Amino acid sequence: MTDTFDLTKFIFGRLTWDSLPYHDPIILATFVGVALGGLALMAALTYFKVWGTLWRDWLTSIDHKKIGIMYCVLGLVMLLRGFTDALMMRAQQAMAFNGSEGFLPPHHYDQLFTVHGVIMIFFVAMPLITGLMNFVVPLQIGARDVAFPFLNNFSFWMTASGAVLVMVSLFVGEFGQTGWLAYPPLSGIQFSPGVGVDYYIWALQLAGVGTLLSGINLLVTIVKMRAPGMGMMKMPIFTWTALCTNILIVASFPVLTAVLGLLSMDRYIGTAFFTNDLGGNVMMYVNLIWIWGHPEVYILVLPVFGVFSEVVATFSGKRIFGYTSMVYATLVITILSYVVWLHHFFTMGSGASVNAFFGITTMIISIPTGAKIFNWLFTMYRGRIRFEVPMLWSIGFMVTFTLGGMTGVLLAVPPADFVLHNSLFLVAHFHNVIIGAVVFGAMAGINYWFPKAFGYKLDAFWGKMSFWFWFIGFYLAFMPLYVLGLMGVTRRMSRFDDPSLQIWFIIAGFGAALIAVGIASTLIQFFVSFRKREELRDHTGDPWDGRTLEWSTASPPPSYNFAFTPVVHDNDAWSDMKKRGYQRPVSGFIPIHMPKNTWAGIAIAGIATAMGFALIWHMWAIAAVMFAAVIVVTIVHTFDYKRDYHIPADEVTRTEGIRTQELNRLAAT
Amino acid sequence: MTAITFPVINGALAGQDAVANPDNQRFYVAGEHHPQNGTLLGFWLYLMSDCLIFAVLFAVYAVVGRSYAAGPSGAELFNLPLVALNTAMLLLSSITYGFAILEMQRRRVKSVLAWLAVTGLLGCAFIGLELYEFAHLIGEGAVPQRSAFLSAFFTLVGTHGLHVAFGILWLVVLMVQVNRGGLVAENRRRLMCLSMFWHFLDVIWIGVFTFVYLMGSLP
Amino acid sequence: MNSAHNTNTSGSNSAGHDHDHDHDDDHGGASQSTFKGYMTGFVLAVILTAIPFWLVMGKVLPNSNITGLVILAIAAVQIVVHMVYFLHMNTRSEGGWSLLALAFTVVLLVIMLSGSIWVMYHLNTNMMPHTLHDMKNMP
Repeated sequence: MTDTFDLTKFIFGRLTWDSLPYHDPIILATFVGVALGGLALMAALTYFKVWGTLWRDWLTSIDHKKIGIMYCVLGLVMLLRGFTDALMMRAQQAMAFNGSEGFLPPHHYDQLFTVHGVIMIFFVAMPLITGLMNFVVPLQIGARDVAFPFLNNFSFWMTASGAVLVMVSLFVGEFGQTGWLAYPPLSGIQFSPGVGVDYYIWALQLAGVGTLLSGINLLVTIVKMRAPGMGMMKMPIFTWTALCTNILIVASFPVLTAVLGLLSMDRYIGTAFFTNDLGGNVMMYVNLIWIWGHPEVYILVLPVFGVFSEVVATFSGKRIFGYTSMVYATLVITILSYVVWLHHFFTMGSGASVNAFFGITTMIISIPTGAKIFNWLFTMYRGRIRFEVPMLWSIGFMVTFTLGGMTGVLLAVPPADFVLHNSLFLVAHFHNVIIGAVVFGAMAGINYWFPKAFGYKLDAFWGKMSFWFWFIGFYLAFMPLYVLGLMGVTRRMSRFDDPSLQIWFIIAGFGAALIAVGIASTLIQFFVSFRKREELRDHTGDPWDGRTLEWSTASPPPSYNFAFTPVVHDNDAWSDMKKRGYQRPVSGFIPIHMPKNTWAGIAIAGIATAMGFALIWHMWAIAAVMFAAVIVVTIVHTFDYKRDYHIPADEVTRTEGIRTQELNRLAAT
Repeated sequence: MTAITFPVINGALAGQDAVANPDNQRFYVAGEHHPQNGTLLGFWLYLMSDCLIFAVLFAVYAVVGRSYAAGPSGAELFNLPLVALNTAMLLLSSITYGFAILEMQRRRVKSVLAWLAVTGLLGCAFIGLELYEFAHLIGEGAVPQRSAFLSAFFTLVGTHGLHVAFGILWLVVLMVQVNRGGLVAENRRRLMCLSMFWHFLDVIWIGVFTFVYLMGSLP
Repeated sequence: MNSAHNTNTSGSNSAGHDHDHDHDDDHGGASQSTFKGYMTGFVLAVILTAIPFWLVMGKVLPNSNITGLVILAIAAVQIVVHMVYFLHMNTRSEGGWSLLALAFTVVLLVIMLSGSIWVMYHLNTNMMPHTLHDMKNMP
């Protein structure tokens, strides 16, 4: 018999019309909403004629400030999606009692908890902290940009690629139903033959490239581009935490890349790494993925520790207490984060000796964090505290994170973990620390540095609304989960038999609703602040009486950041300069060497996204072509040697002159 | 507490490279300030991350390297003389790249290109021999899907081979760029990066031939 | 495209200089390569490769475990040779950051490898299925 060559299958792989969600009303309705919203956005952009500006000033920009803002925008947009998933889960769990099946079938619910975790960790938390580090670090160290501006742009677009694939999975095909870490054998080809786990793999592989390159970029920036006089022990604490975070990124993301690569080999070519037979070892996946996974949570938390150090010092009007111990604590956390990973699978069966070792190391790692909490408290002690919005988030963090940390130490005891592993107690614990630290820290950082980025403060009233709804909502949403976990309720369940549990889920649902109001308040805050921007304008560049170098620039800073590279003499360099009567230079400006914008970053990332999509759907021909295209476009890009230009001296003079005029005007009033 | 000296970069203080006035109260560099180029450090850090990818593959091989699933073992499959020949090719290519760098230091474009070409050919020989070895194994039924040991073997050795192949592609592109633009600073930096990459691959190969081939051949 | 011209649009002053720093950028502050260095490294590497191959192919030592340990040790030495003679690893390169990065990576490598082997050994012993024969001997 002759095999007819199926052209459709050759081009489209396993993508068919059935891959579209005709039969799922919830997803169909979502698609209609998203499509309409998207069209409205396109229409608005066209109406205001901003496509050119968008391309020239933002999408192709290599300016760390623009890229930092784009990361934060990505994170906030994905927060809306990830949080919607959370609301749906809360609703389902509050309803599904007494024979009611709720409104989400299990295969849908299972995708929800998987994609919720993936989005929140990889496409909300990581972009938010990367965005803050990108925006702030070069300014804090007195540099004009990061070490590799083109790579910075490319890294952003690779992260966006991953986000695009996750969003596409909602409408074309499905996502994984394995939990956010996709343990085999469930994630292997036998038990997850569909596209879901493949979406997961390629979204993370693409985003992982971006994250790794960004890590290298910021590391070299901090090592090589600090202003003269800024020795390591004179760096701002945020820069120290950024340094350690990026060390963790460079030293842990390769592990994720390799492990997901092995999983994809099992799925695509049938190797036997994580199979049940032929010598495969499923437990090896769990071991390796957590060798990445534990440093990952420190990657999330260290930058926000840095944010709090800056915010608490500024709004207490004092230098951070115990700078040296803060630095050492951060370094110790960085190193210790590599020797605790097994506490994520105490119950997998490694036995008492192994469990005891990792239990002890886990308890030890809580100590440097405790030292930091004390340092923040001592910074506040006898300070002149101003309860601006960033400070509220910081105080909220101190209370919330401490509680979550304590439940962590509880879980670090292996016998206790045997009872509580994979219960709702665990879920409450990690939300406690992630929301308490990363979300609160991102909100603090955004409120704190917003005036620097955009030239006007965020509205304080709506900021406080957002804080209080988040704070109260968090406790209402997650304290019940601690109770439920102690009573033995397992995580990731969508239906329950015991009616006495329902009240707790209802309270948790109510808490989630309050958080929703908190998120809405933030959106309103952005809108209202934009409308009131003249009233909230930051004229001096230093709206908070800041302590570090970013506050010495205009708000927003010019593209070149500093007309002259600052020279540093002490910690809290800007405070030092203000104290010693620094006079801002108003003449003698020289041309400034700057990198050019680039189309190559978005192009290569776009092609890589297409390649990822093709691989997911087994469209081999297209995947091969896209892979070749990535290589070719990259090589073509390397033939471009003229990637820089000079800003002429008179343009610098003009820009600085505007600021001089503004400052003089303020001094006169 | 003893002061630990961290490596300090950019030790230039205010006034030393300023145009005039060595006054320590100066808060800015009055002239141009160029931070040191970070390309070589950045590439080294990338290599460290690549090292960790290989570490995972080695760890996997360490765990499942004896899981033959009643299939063929390393001792039955490995052709050590062939591996020795391959090792020689790679080691020779390291030294020929070294010669290319020496010629780069003397700014001799033609000599650089010649030694790069020899390095590339040796690299191709390495890849060729490896493909021959893989084809032979697959022909005997020792495919990656046969057992976890074979999966780990093909992945570890194959990943290394892919890196070498990519290095050869990069080498060809660089030859074109050096031919066109000469040994300008940017091209010299790129040659140094490829040099680090190439030697690094030889370092990984030491691990591969020791841990996989030699130890895998022991009873 | 002979040297890195900057598109200098100011035309006013001496800023049209070439960022082609001939001297310092070659090795980021590290030592220059020499023929002697490369040849020494090469000869050492050849010797340190030949010995392990001979030990295994010639079945020289009686004990597999000892052979394994010896060739691993020799491999470690050869890696150091490569690092020093080919990669010019020293304490001054990149202001010491190269060595620091390498040391950190090696520490992590040791933790990941030994940790994984230790953990997986325990997991395999406790959790992987026993053969029928072993099951009969369980308490």
